[in-house]
Amino acid sequence: MSLKAFHLVFVTASVLLMLGVGAWCFAQYREGGESSQLAYCGLCLLCAGGLVVYGRIFLKKLKHISFL
Amino acid sequence: MEIPYTVKPRPDTGLYNAKVGIWLFLASEVMLFGALFSSYILLRVGAPDGFWPDVATGWPHGLLNIPIGTFNTAVLIISSVTVVMAWAALKQGDFSKFRRFMLVTLGCALGFLCIKTYEYNEKFTHYVIRMKDGTAVTGHLDINGHSPRFWTLATITDKKMTSVKVHVDVPNQFRYPVGMKRPEVSHEAGEHGGGEHAAREIKTADITFLQAFVPATGTFFAIYFTMTFLHGLHVFGGAMVLGYFTFFGRKMYESDPERMTNRIEVGGLFWHFVDLVWIFLFPVMYLL
Repeated sequence: MSLKAFHLVFVTASVLLMLGVGAWCFAQYREGGESSQLAYCGLCLLCAGGLVVYGRIFLKKLKHISFL
Repeated sequence: MEIPYTVKPRPDTGLYNAKVGIWLFLASEVMLFGALFSSYILLRVGAPDGFWPDVATGWPHGLLNIPIGTFNTAVLIISSVTVVMAWAALKQGDFSKFRRFMLVTLGCALGFLCIKTYEYNEKFTHYVIRMKDGTAVTGHLDINGHSPRFWTLATITDKKMTSVKVHVDVPNQFRYPVGMKRPEVSHEAGEHGGGEHAAREIKTADITFLQAFVPATGTFFAIYFTMTFLHGLHVFGGAMVLGYFTFFGRKMYESDPERMTNRIEVGGLFWHFVDLVWIFLFPVMYLL
């Protein structure tokens, strides 16, 4: 597995982490009602979306490099 | 003697030797961290009531600084992006671009370690105090205006102090083991503005346990410090290797650019592994 392939695995893990942290923040918001937690949740979801976009751009730019 | 297959793939594996080597090494690292994560799960699940903080309802949220942990996660994600960009720059034959991206990676590594040091220091000056009446508080000791590290009840007794001033966390975020009473804390008595911390004088005679958040404090902090320190060592080691290639790699790049590019790929694979470990460590230690 090349660095390119491992980087995609890493980006996928990061997206999942951001979604998880976002869900955790939303659960905290529902429990305590703090609006900062809701903002934090939105930020996490935004980061997750940003990472997905980055992953696609990365794939497009490095398409000439092997996955092996 | 020339080292074989540093650039060309070995016919039987289809990969150059260093790549096979790093993956074997990373497999051993997976076993090391896997064993520690397994230990964490077994300790947490198997802890008897009262020995694990808030074993009945969950994890002691608030004892670790979540915003700082999140920031550190972002720092490591950025460093992974820049290390790949550095490798891609070498593939395109642009050494100065490689160096720029690598300097950002090294900056992120340094930033991560500095923030972790700050976090550790914060824990070493943060205390849990249990009283004879069964109550417990967490907070910072105030000894003539400064907050000491690593004190215990024995330290206070040795210094013949009759009482200690404590800036109690408000709201007290420590979730108490089953059967331990939560103390009443005044929100108006804060000294750090906005009622953030309530100053309280506690008599030494009333204290049964006083300790900073160090590995000896409990199972959680023992495994927290073990895993995060081991991870920090990996960050340090990875930064040393990448730093060496950044500052002393030009000669090799000029004589054998493909070999240098492969070395950066191997370094980048290790760096990604270290960052991936943190992606698992962060939610496990800070959130769950």
